Amino acid sequence: MDMKVDKKKLNLKDKYKLLTRDLGWEPSYHSKDEIYPYVKYEGLKVHDWDKWEDPFRLTMDAYWKYQAEKERKFYAIIDAHTQNNGHLNITDARYLTALKIFLQAISPGEYAAHRGFARVGREFAGVGTQVACQMQAIDEIRHAQTQIHAMSNYNRYYNGFHAFADARDRIWYTSVARSFFDDAMAAGPFEFMIAIGFSFEYVLTNLLFVPFMSGAAYNGDMATVTFGFSAQSDEARHMTLGLECIKFMLEQDPDNLPIVQEWIDKWFWRGFRVLGLVSTMMDYMLPKRVMSWREAWEIYGVENGGALFRDLARYGIRPPKGWDDAEKAIDHMSHQLMLGLYQWSFGTAFHSWIPSDEDMDWLSAKYPATFDKHYRPRWNHIKKLAAAGTPYKNFGLAKLCQCCQLPIVFTEPDDPTMLCNRETTYKGEKYHFCSDGCRDVFEREPEKYIQAWLPMPALFQEQQGDIGAWMAWVSLGDGVDNGDYAGSADQRNFQQWRGLATSNQ
Amino acid sequence: MSTVFIALQANEETRPIIDAIELDNPKAVVHRQPAMVKIDAPDELVIRKQTIEEQLGRAFDLQELQINLITLSGNVDEDDETLTLRWNS
Amino acid sequence: MPVTAIKEYVAVPRDQVANFHGKQLVYVSWDRHLLFAAPFLICLPPETPFRELVEGPLKALVSPDPDAAAIDWQRVEWLKSNQPWTPDFDASLAANGIGHKDQLRMCTAGLNSLAPAA
Repeated sequence: MDMKVDKKKLNLKDKYKLLTRDLGWEPSYHSKDEIYPYVKYEGLKVHDWDKWEDPFRLTMDAYWKYQAEKERKFYAIIDAHTQNNGHLNITDARYLTALKIFLQAISPGEYAAHRGFARVGREFAGVGTQVACQMQAIDEIRHAQTQIHAMSNYNRYYNGFHAFADARDRIWYTSVARSFFDDAMAAGPFEFMIAIGFSFEYVLTNLLFVPFMSGAAYNGDMATVTFGFSAQSDEARHMTLGLECIKFMLEQDPDNLPIVQEWIDKWFWRGFRVLGLVSTMMDYMLPKRVMSWREAWEIYGVENGGALFRDLARYGIRPPKGWDDAEKAIDHMSHQLMLGLYQWSFGTAFHSWIPSDEDMDWLSAKYPATFDKHYRPRWNHIKKLAAAGTPYKNFGLAKLCQCCQLPIVFTEPDDPTMLCNRETTYKGEKYHFCSDGCRDVFEREPEKYIQAWLPMPALFQEQQGDIGAWMAWVSLGDGVDNGDYAGSADQRNFQQWRGLATSNQ
Repeated sequence: MSTVFIALQANEETRPIIDAIELDNPKAVVHRQPAMVKIDAPDELVIRKQTIEEQLGRAFDLQELQINLITLSGNVDEDDETLTLRWNS
Repeated sequence: MPVTAIKEYVAVPRDQVANFHGKQLVYVSWDRHLLFAAPFLICLPPETPFRELVEGPLKALVSPDPDAAAIDWQRVEWLKSNQPWTPDFDASLAANGIGHKDQLRMCTAGLNSLAPAA
């Protein structure tokens, strides 16, 4: 590494003071309330903004230096991946389904986070917070760009990558992540920090970026590992910012505790639902798996989340309200969602498949209490339908949750044989939910969620239920981008090209 | 007891850093996973500039950790000499 | 609770029945038959006789389940908004009191070929 360390320089604490605090000033011809009009309406009380400090004490000069180094490393690997036919080094083209979901649903979330942090960087009244939020805004747009760039190489060879922006706006499963970020961006600056900085980054992104990216390495996809870890190194800073922000809120005034607790309850549950898609990526979509969703949850959910909430207990914070229901869902959610993705695969811009016997044995070993009892019989029946030449497609479309927007595929926390149906009536309209957690979020601020653009009802409002018209509108090529992996062009091409790459035919 | 951890990319730059962390934290447990190394420790983990420099054989700015960092957990406190991760529970 | 906002915040519901071109949404699910990952969303005019909902979309949608052929439709126990309810097969959805976005559940005791043994 060719980074020079300066001979003599300011120590970190002094430099942080000079390059953050000292950039601020006391306004003289406008009041602070006029300059920062959004810091009070959420009810948070802040007495001394200078108490907020970035524990990494990162300043802009160091930020640019280290980010530039990360970019150099990233592009060296992306170039090598492209030059070395990296798209043929993956284990199996089934793996690409996980990448397609990532590109359609997660990368746009990075861009949304960029917009959100650019906004709250302006809205917060403290200089330390402003600088940290500005850095995070730049990080997030870097993540969106590097992810799109890394995956663009696959777009040259495989289907389903070509219209991720249309998918982001229009397809049904991406609205899960989009509504999460829209909800956060439509909130005030402090709630936004809890939503993204705390719940998403601290409690949840470890589950997305760490074991999944390690899985990408296992599956030979160095391009994805590199964007994943390069992004996650920023996330380490973001998590720290999120945790710092929550401690700051709690230390500033005891009246802030109930507000912060409500946000933690809300955003934990919203984040947990977004992670549902990640659970299927880990358990079903990696041809070679590092660990199961359950094992990742033990490490990053139970152990790490548990440590965090024990630490915050000194402020009076308790674990989020949905914590126990989340634990009960862990051994079911990936199976429930993958069964859904398979039966609705005519409407997905990625392929799905029936797990092989070997995959089912792995799932049964990882989920001894649930897989053989509840899910293997369903997969076996689906396998029988496919063998009979009548592959299973569910054209019933799906009832969606008014809050998280996922199809209502989840079962009662204490009864895995019964779908969890929750509903409420607000101003004469009926609304449906997948869980108590989602209904609680709705009932706290119903006016916000009654406007939700739910993709399935929208299909009947906007395309009058015409699935062909809908596919054209979402840029989904029927028989090309969607359906079963078995028999797809992706499968054919991967096998043929890999054969060409490893022989002299 | 709560576990703090730090995860670093597995590469030539981090090998001596991981050695230094092991030297400074006898209770740390090192897990090697594909492309990454995760180091767990009970309640507290201390990363010292001086030990890293000894292992690395050159001057090292602790903020260089940012380049190969994947993730961490615990409350962070960083100055010129040390980076500490700690749970208060 | 009102939305936390800088001024009064009032919204318009997106999925009102008026937006569905003279039709309405009905959700139907079959208890303990989880081959179907979620309740079905069905969009029909409110004048549709209940029998037509069953004979048309519903029978087609449930047909992949091994229990489907064994359903005795006269003996299905129905729930509407999670409350016991008896449909009139010859009356319309509207006359049956099935409103926009109502959830119907079918219970068929004894049919459980894909369900785990109790």
